[in-house]
Amino acid sequence: MTVESSAARKPRRTAAGKAGTTGSKTGATGTKRTTRTTRSTAKKSTDPDLVQLLTPQGERVENAEYDGYVAGITPEELRGLYRDMVLTRRFDAEATALQRQGELGLWASLLGQEAAQIGSGRATRPDDYVFPTYREHGVAWCRGVDPTNLLGMFRGVNNGGWDPNGNNFHLYTIVIGSQALHATGYAMGVAKDGADSAVIAYFGDGASSQGDVAESFTFSAVYNAPVVFFCQNNQWAISEPTEKQTRVPLYQRAQGYGFPGVRVDGNDVLACLAVTKWALERARNGEGPTLVEAYTYRMGAHTTSDDPTRYRGDEERLAWEAKDPILRLHRYLEASNHADEGFFAELEAESEALGRRVREAVRAMPDPDRFALFENVYADGHALVDEERAQFAAYQASFADEGGH
Amino acid sequence: MAEKMAMAKAINESLRRALDADPKVLVMGEDVGKLGGVFRVTDGLQKDFGESRVIDTPLAESGIVGTAIGLALRGYRPVVEIQFDGFVFPAYDQIVTQLAKMHARSLGKVKLPVVVRIPYGGGIGAVEHHSESPEALFAHVAGLKVVSPSNSSDAYWMMQQAIQSDDPVIYFEPKRRYWDKAEVDPEAIPAPLHKARVVREGTDLTLAAYGPMVKLCQEAAAAAAEEGRSLEVLDLRSVSPLDFDAVQASVEKTRHLVVVHEAPVFFGSGAEIAARITERCFYHLEAPVLRVGGYHAPYPPARLEEEYLPDLDRVLDAVDRSLAY
Repeated sequence: MTVESSAARKPRRTAAGKAGTTGSKTGATGTKRTTRTTRSTAKKSTDPDLVQLLTPQGERVENAEYDGYVAGITPEELRGLYRDMVLTRRFDAEATALQRQGELGLWASLLGQEAAQIGSGRATRPDDYVFPTYREHGVAWCRGVDPTNLLGMFRGVNNGGWDPNGNNFHLYTIVIGSQALHATGYAMGVAKDGADSAVIAYFGDGASSQGDVAESFTFSAVYNAPVVFFCQNNQWAISEPTEKQTRVPLYQRAQGYGFPGVRVDGNDVLACLAVTKWALERARNGEGPTLVEAYTYRMGAHTTSDDPTRYRGDEERLAWEAKDPILRLHRYLEASNHADEGFFAELEAESEALGRRVREAVRAMPDPDRFALFENVYADGHALVDEERAQFAAYQASFADEGGH
Repeated sequence: MAEKMAMAKAINESLRRALDADPKVLVMGEDVGKLGGVFRVTDGLQKDFGESRVIDTPLAESGIVGTAIGLALRGYRPVVEIQFDGFVFPAYDQIVTQLAKMHARSLGKVKLPVVVRIPYGGGIGAVEHHSESPEALFAHVAGLKVVSPSNSSDAYWMMQQAIQSDDPVIYFEPKRRYWDKAEVDPEAIPAPLHKARVVREGTDLTLAAYGPMVKLCQEAAAAAAEEGRSLEVLDLRSVSPLDFDAVQASVEKTRHLVVVHEAPVFFGSGAEIAARITERCFYHLEAPVLRVGGYHAPYPPARLEEEYLPDLDRVLDAVDRSLAY
């Protein structure tokens, strides 16, 4: 009897639970920083619980823990983040409009969450694996998934629409929190393989109430899995506020599982980038899971079927609009002279072109072949599916026999 | 070289062979490691293959199946154990909404070769949630395959085939047959996973069963033979897909069918078999298809389970009723 291969047993990672068991408020203890830079001109962040690098006014603030992760960022990269957010928002607006025009059955808008998604998405490496919920259009963008592919399931022509292994971006998961376990299992596999990539799972504040998310925290901690849990706390799970999900700030949940939790300003793309890079680096270094709570706001409805005016007032929305993720980077780019009028004008034109492309692509999307119903139900086939496909074919053919269409 | 072994041992040997043959095969579950499982089905596997191949998991069924899905996405072939039938329900969501559908959702790009082992059925005097037969709940779901061996040889070979399948397979182990011994030949050429088998030839009536009820049906056929009746016993082996061709062939010969399972009769697999065989063999049947199984009641406490479970007399009564038409 052979014993398992040594490669599979080799403890590539350092001891479990080393980091985060003592945990400061940000949970960042026990972790090495590669670089630490501070800007002499930067202000200090006022809220110690919230990692913030850019204020809503677009001012750069100092953060000793995380500045190092964006220290080398170039003006071009900053413009890139801005472009990502603008195009993602444009895409989202187009999809919402297409739903209103009857072209899509449903749409889950990401409006307001662009920084959380672009910041975290741009922190990933191509060999990392992403497990999204159904609102991660910005992360999909960062992973190189063509945005038109995201619309198939909302139009009703498929239940997925892309090859998950094409961009290491798993299919959208509709059941709340299920994918956190898939991410954890995948990360357990990454560790077994001795690979140095990481896995990131997205979910919302509502999902934090789900057993699967709690179980994924347990499994990832026990097996020291290289996974980052990226919770976008957008304040609302359809009509239920975060207070209906938890009595403690969500990031603090991690402590009970033995790994660090951090709350980041989810409307600050730089902070999201930095904190996610840090968490992914921990995973790669064998330091196990991290919970990142991106504190943000869903500016629109839960989906196009929802009516937020029934459960929340304008005041709240207006307060969050003042913290708009795109606006603050715009202000910073202008104030720091990292972008000029030409850049913004060019981006505006690019946005319009994207909107047009998406609109045309959706309208041109063919309905699936009717026999697709029976495709891929099983990998190895199934006698009943074969039988029913044959019956279906005979039924379809009967119309032709009658001289129909 | 054939060897006589108990069903539990046969599954153990089969898992051992699979772990040995393919480094991507994993065994996961509660207590499967040091303890070797509560029925010792995984006895000694962790000792020989290590903790990263034979994985003791937290007590969280959804977590076990959900992480197995993730591991399968990464290229592993997990064989997970749900400790008892009634404990599968916390994992039912992951099995039904994720495991069953991901291959179709990905248009075939993703394969999930996950085996979910579930010791099932009653007859061992257990407390509640330890004796149920939920196979119909899984067979109803497209994307899942559901099998149940009735003897050591099938247990061995069907496990090999389930692990090699690129589809998720729910593998129901009849726990009251774990200690029954039969020959296992590791060099045999096994029957296809989803093919039924005639285990006793007969001409008067067909008894169709799977898992724990096959032995009972064989006993019933032996008893009926003493009364001059020739019963054919069909071991279905697979619940989904179900080998209706084999049932049809037998019914065309005997013209009488009684389906026996432990699960409640109402909406059970017997109902599906009765409906389809009625469609296929209407003019061959000389009696309606009859079903013998559990009642529409929660599985009873152990002191009552003999009343609930099909026994020899209930099977023979059904045979009498069928032949009286």
